[in-house]
Amino acid sequence: MIRYFNVTKEYARSGIALKDVSLRVAKGEFVFLTGPSGSGKSTMLKLAYLAELPTEGEVQVSGVSTTEIRRGDIARLRRKLGIVFQDFRLLEDRTAEANIAFALEVTGAPRASIQPKVSRLLAQVGLASKGSSYPRELSGGEQQRVAIARALVNDPFVLIADEPTGNLDERATRGVYQLLRDINASGTAVVMATHNLELIRRADYRTIELDRGSVVFDSADASLPRREAR
Amino acid sequence: MRLALRETLIAFRRTPLLSTLSITTIAFSLFAFGLFGLVALNIRTAIADVESRVEIRAFIVDGAAVEAVAAAMGDIGAFPEVGEVNYVTPEMALEKARIELGEFEDVFEEGVLPGSIEVRLRPGSRDPETVREVAGRIAGYEFIDDVRFGEEWVEKLYRVRTVASVVGLALGTAFATVAVIIIAATIRMAVLARSREIAIMRLVGATDGFIRLPFLLEGLVKGILGGLAALLLTWIAASMVDRYFIETIFFDSTLALVGIACGALIGLVGSAVSVGRHLRAI
Repeated sequence: MIRYFNVTKEYARSGIALKDVSLRVAKGEFVFLTGPSGSGKSTMLKLAYLAELPTEGEVQVSGVSTTEIRRGDIARLRRKLGIVFQDFRLLEDRTAEANIAFALEVTGAPRASIQPKVSRLLAQVGLASKGSSYPRELSGGEQQRVAIARALVNDPFVLIADEPTGNLDERATRGVYQLLRDINASGTAVVMATHNLELIRRADYRTIELDRGSVVFDSADASLPRREAR
Repeated sequence: MRLALRETLIAFRRTPLLSTLSITTIAFSLFAFGLFGLVALNIRTAIADVESRVEIRAFIVDGAAVEAVAAAMGDIGAFPEVGEVNYVTPEMALEKARIELGEFEDVFEEGVLPGSIEVRLRPGSRDPETVREVAGRIAGYEFIDDVRFGEEWVEKLYRVRTVASVVGLALGTAFATVAVIIIAATIRMAVLARSREIAIMRLVGATDGFIRLPFLLEGLVKGILGGLAALLLTWIAASMVDRYFIETIFFDSTLALVGIACGALIGLVGSAVSVGRHLRAI
């Protein structure tokens, strides 16, 4: 599904962000990606949704390799991925409904199919009555739910979430986290970068810890030292 | 396409100030270019008008055979450079001279002026060299006494025309370049103002073509609106000059359409370049 083969990523300005990382995220898996700021979590995710390409090594997403992908293929591949950010990245001048519909429209989905799907997704994320609200009229947790609904609109095989609860209070964090668990339970893999150790401790999901660009802990890898996530 | 049109409208609605600024910038850039074009057009027309008066006058010796003169006129009329040949009788010459000299009309007596052949040249054959060459050919007829064509005047006129063309081309290129640079910068601002939106579009899987299309439409519409506004401004300026200063010719419909098309093209290309650069950068 998502595979990293000896991946090194070096930025021209800030230097090496990832160093010789190899790992695999399986179908339907829930993976926590943790580690201090600047450890390479976001870079790992950017490589997965192809916002960045590796400096060395190879990343494979749904069988498509970074060594042979063309620019035009990236857009099509992203439609199979759901991406969620800490800052929600909603279009401020469009309603919740329009934000979700937009992600379907860019794929050229038939008009008639859009509205029912948007309504279903809003209901799924618990915002059935907020479809006509603008992002500024929603709480942080609600905005993140809209972003998650948008990410799910094309039935992705994986949801990539970069600190999705980073801007939320505890109550909203629990709600969003539960939503991600539900999504995972229905078969979609979830890769979630987080600083929130409380969430990690509470569940028995695979946890990968990065430090200065290297994987220092992977609960699924017996060759690495086992330890509690820090 | 329907979606792209909707996105274009949304863009106009969301950033009315920036959109108005873009259109105004395009309008004033093209207005400056239009004013220059108008001056160039009027100078050109004036020079063409003066040029059309370039003529060769061949004076005929007294007692020349009418048949020989008529045959020669036929020959001269067939020269590729020649547009019109007329015979001016001594009486007509006298009449004309009296009209031109007004109060001194008495100084001429009957029969003092010779008959002549008046040759007008076609446009494009009025440069000093061609005029001199045709005059030389006409002088070759034995019944021709003298050939005049205001050599110095023709040369001066030709120099003015050449200088006007060169200066016009240089100034026109400069004005057009400045217009393109200013318009491209304005469109780039519009693209940058929507960089967040572009990034979101890419995240949800929009192709570059899909992202580009509303920007191209926006650039095209802004270009056309700017072009129309520039045309209106230029027309107002031309009307004022015509009314208060000097008779002025305005662009004909083809030139006006070319102006608007220029606006549309600049808007389209400016958008394509700006959004293309932006897409490559993210």
